[in-house]
Amino acid sequence: MEAPMFSATPLNRRSYRSQSVAKAVFCLMTVALVIPVLLILGTLVVKGAPAISWEFLFTAPTNNLTAGGIFPALVGTIWLVVVALLASVPVGVAAALYLSEYAPDNLLTRAINLAIVNLAGVPSIVHALFGFGAFVLFFRFNASILAASLTLAVMTLPVVIVATRESLQAVPHAFREACWNMGATRWQTIRKVVLPNSISGILTGVILEVSRTSGETAPIMFTGATAYLAFLPESVFDQTMAMSYHLFYIATQATDVPEELTYGVALVLIAIVLMMNAVSIAFRIYLRGLKKW
Amino acid sequence: MADGERGVGDLSSGDFAVETRGLNLWYGDFQALFDVDLGVKKGIITSMIGPSGCGKTTVLRTCNRIIERLGYVRTTGSVYVLGHDIFGDDVEIVQVRKQVGMVFQRPNPLPISIRDNVLFGFRLHEARLRRVARAEEDEVLESALRQVLLWDAVKDRLDKPATGLSLEEQQKLCIARLLPVKPEVLLMDEPCSALDPAGTEAVEEMIWHLRGGYTILIVTHNMAQARRASDECVFMLLGRIVEHGRTEELFLAPEHTETADYIEGRYG
Repeated sequence: MEAPMFSATPLNRRSYRSQSVAKAVFCLMTVALVIPVLLILGTLVVKGAPAISWEFLFTAPTNNLTAGGIFPALVGTIWLVVVALLASVPVGVAAALYLSEYAPDNLLTRAINLAIVNLAGVPSIVHALFGFGAFVLFFRFNASILAASLTLAVMTLPVVIVATRESLQAVPHAFREACWNMGATRWQTIRKVVLPNSISGILTGVILEVSRTSGETAPIMFTGATAYLAFLPESVFDQTMAMSYHLFYIATQATDVPEELTYGVALVLIAIVLMMNAVSIAFRIYLRGLKKW
Repeated sequence: MADGERGVGDLSSGDFAVETRGLNLWYGDFQALFDVDLGVKKGIITSMIGPSGCGKTTVLRTCNRIIERLGYVRTTGSVYVLGHDIFGDDVEIVQVRKQVGMVFQRPNPLPISIRDNVLFGFRLHEARLRRVARAEEDEVLESALRQVLLWDAVKDRLDKPATGLSLEEQQKLCIARLLPVKPEVLLMDEPCSALDPAGTEAVEEMIWHLRGGYTILIVTHNMAQARRASDECVFMLLGRIVEHGRTEELFLAPEHTETADYIEGRYG
């Protein structure tokens, strides 16, 4: 009997087989991606959770860093992040505004864009050496929060610029045209239309910068972080402890540190970063809901 | 302004709102306009027709110097708005754009409320010089929206986002937005091409309603629209003005064979 007109031919079946193989491979790879994340988080939680307590968060380390809490490191990280933001956000946003709204497309602009891309690609240890040479030695800030934060700021500047520029360029060009045609200057256009509609993306970039800044170790190693400090920093010219450097130090330099303490520090650090990312995502969703086009 | 008469036919030379003299324009090496002499009379609707790429939009965009934004544009000749050369040395481009408003193919309301859209230009130009009371703003708002026949449709949702309006309403809003700064000339670049037939009809009706108060120069691909909704008509071809005359005469008894061929649909 002749096969019904629309039944599958062998060729069809072969296509479907290779299709399901491809799908399975891609799916496997995707799952493989998730495994390391789960392993890292799982290990940290299992081994680090017993160390976490209010006392751990709010007291200073004692006994050659082998006991006690992480309070000075936590406070130090906040100092470093805040000062780094104060330095990099105004510069980064202004630069992005210039590049996106004012700069003509010429050789200079292209060179600047190339420089930004390259700045993003510079390894953090090189930033550290630059920061040491420039801020610690040349500007004589010595090893201090200021020097460390400025180094972090230089390192994260490309993140701010790229995120800001992308969110500026996501604002439809028709809005700018509309403003210009009513006789608005570029600055009036930026203030009244472009910025209000891109602020969510800019803030997302800033929050991502926070999470990156709080986790970096190399740039602050020579520029302002210290292994142990009995007091909290009082100004930007003080040295400070920091979460990331503290973790590096107790994991590799200090002796006789209980394992759960190290994992506890790592857990708190990753929790800060993940929380920042979560805030950034939540914020983006909230602002997207407000968008009117 | 007598030498603006070339190509105007038997029309008496009235007062021109916009006049170009010997206007040539190049995009890089490509010459888009050749010696364009155009006189647009005050207070009437002038339409520009012609095949794609003939320079209609280029002429329109030269009238408020928006064309310069492209960067690689070079012009010779002059453009007068209300008798003043807009390419003069002491010309402030913001003042030109205030007098010569422009509407585009796609309505481009700003993503703010209807009220803020209409008052945007007004606040930019007026409210920075003096304190404007809320009552005056309301008056300006209502007057602008009434002129474009949009008041009744939106009066209860003035604080709603303008992007929620239909395309037809958005296009009317984009025109209303120009009115509070009291422009003399309104340039419209195919204002109905994004609209459905009902929207087109409504916008045409609105444009007709604005006639008299403003000088309107409208580029269109739609010959029926030019015929229905303009007093004078300009036919352009390959960067030159072929014919300019009263709309009904141009359509019924064109002087040039190119015009006749075009309006009969032999090319386009």
